[in-house]
Amino acid sequence: MSKRKPYIRELPRDWWMKQLFYTKYMIREGSSVLITLYSLILAWGVFRLSQGETAFNGWLEALQNPFAIILHLLMLILALYHTITWFSLAPKAVDLWIKGKKLDDKVIVAAHYGAFAVLTIFCLLIITL
Amino acid sequence: MSELTIEIDVLRYRPEMDNEPFTQTFEVPYTAEMSILEALQYIKDHLDSTVSFRWSCRMAICGSCGLMVNSVPKLGCKAFLRDYYPQKISLEPLANFPIERDLVVVMDDFIKKLEEIKPYIIPEKEKCLSEGTYQQTPEQMAKFKQFSMCINCGLCYAACPQYALDNKFTGPAALALLARYNRDSRDNGEAERMKIVNQEEGVWGCTFVGYCSVVCPKDVDPAAAIQLLKVESSKDYLIGMFKPD
Repeated sequence: MSKRKPYIRELPRDWWMKQLFYTKYMIREGSSVLITLYSLILAWGVFRLSQGETAFNGWLEALQNPFAIILHLLMLILALYHTITWFSLAPKAVDLWIKGKKLDDKVIVAAHYGAFAVLTIFCLLIITL
Repeated sequence: MSELTIEIDVLRYRPEMDNEPFTQTFEVPYTAEMSILEALQYIKDHLDSTVSFRWSCRMAICGSCGLMVNSVPKLGCKAFLRDYYPQKISLEPLANFPIERDLVVVMDDFIKKLEEIKPYIIPEKEKCLSEGTYQQTPEQMAKFKQFSMCINCGLCYAACPQYALDNKFTGPAALALLARYNRDSRDNGEAERMKIVNQEEGVWGCTFVGYCSVVCPKDVDPAAAIQLLKVESSKDYLIGMFKPD
């Protein structure tokens, strides 16, 4: 008779706390929750704008609340974290070959930052002009 | 002069006697050149001959000696005591696989997945030997070479939380091997393999944790292979919407 008895280890609930790499991954994934919240607040602003000036000003005033400012700072930090970590992973999903050679990872990452800068300036121009 | 030593914790499991694994500590002579695998061989030769572990080539080619070193998947032959000394080292069998005995795991599921992805060239039409070889330019070879370097050690499966949470996921090495054949200019089996890729258990089971590529001892970069297959899978889906067949 076989004495085989393979033992299956349980995955602990806090598996993502036990390895820094997994923790960073979970923060990257988790950042989407606050980024969704930010989008909702922004969408709410557009909705208030459609209801007239007083409604929109009320929304603007609500954002002056210290809690709202702290929340927005937190959302900004997480959005930046997501952006930086995502850009650094971008070369893995790009398969560009030029003259028989794979495009260097650094070029792909730099192109992402370049596009980010151009779009940011473009948006700032639309808002301020 | 007293000899330098290092303490090594080994997770033991003897199915005929134990109901669950336990830790046994060994004290091993330390030298800077000694690999984890050599330390295990020292234990087996001098301290406890009942310790079981897999090994063969001693030079990161055979992929047999994968294990968790301080909870990180490593090849025993490619990890050295000097990188841990004087701290204690903990050795456990590869995570996410059932334990067969001590540091030996059951890899059947992994092997089954490797077989499932049709890891062979499927030519457009069989050529007769007299017609000569299938030729390829260096550039065509460069497109898949990296993904062909896998030694089937299983470290990427031990590093993958998605595989840990649901082992129906095809997993990093098998998908990298799939990419290797799909990207081969001599192969014409892409349509068959895309059925595996497009499944929820195919590339879409991956959430791009990326640790598989970090632990890979041969720089195969399975995470890249999977992301590139996701692009292909999306294209497949879009084309399928307009040209269903």
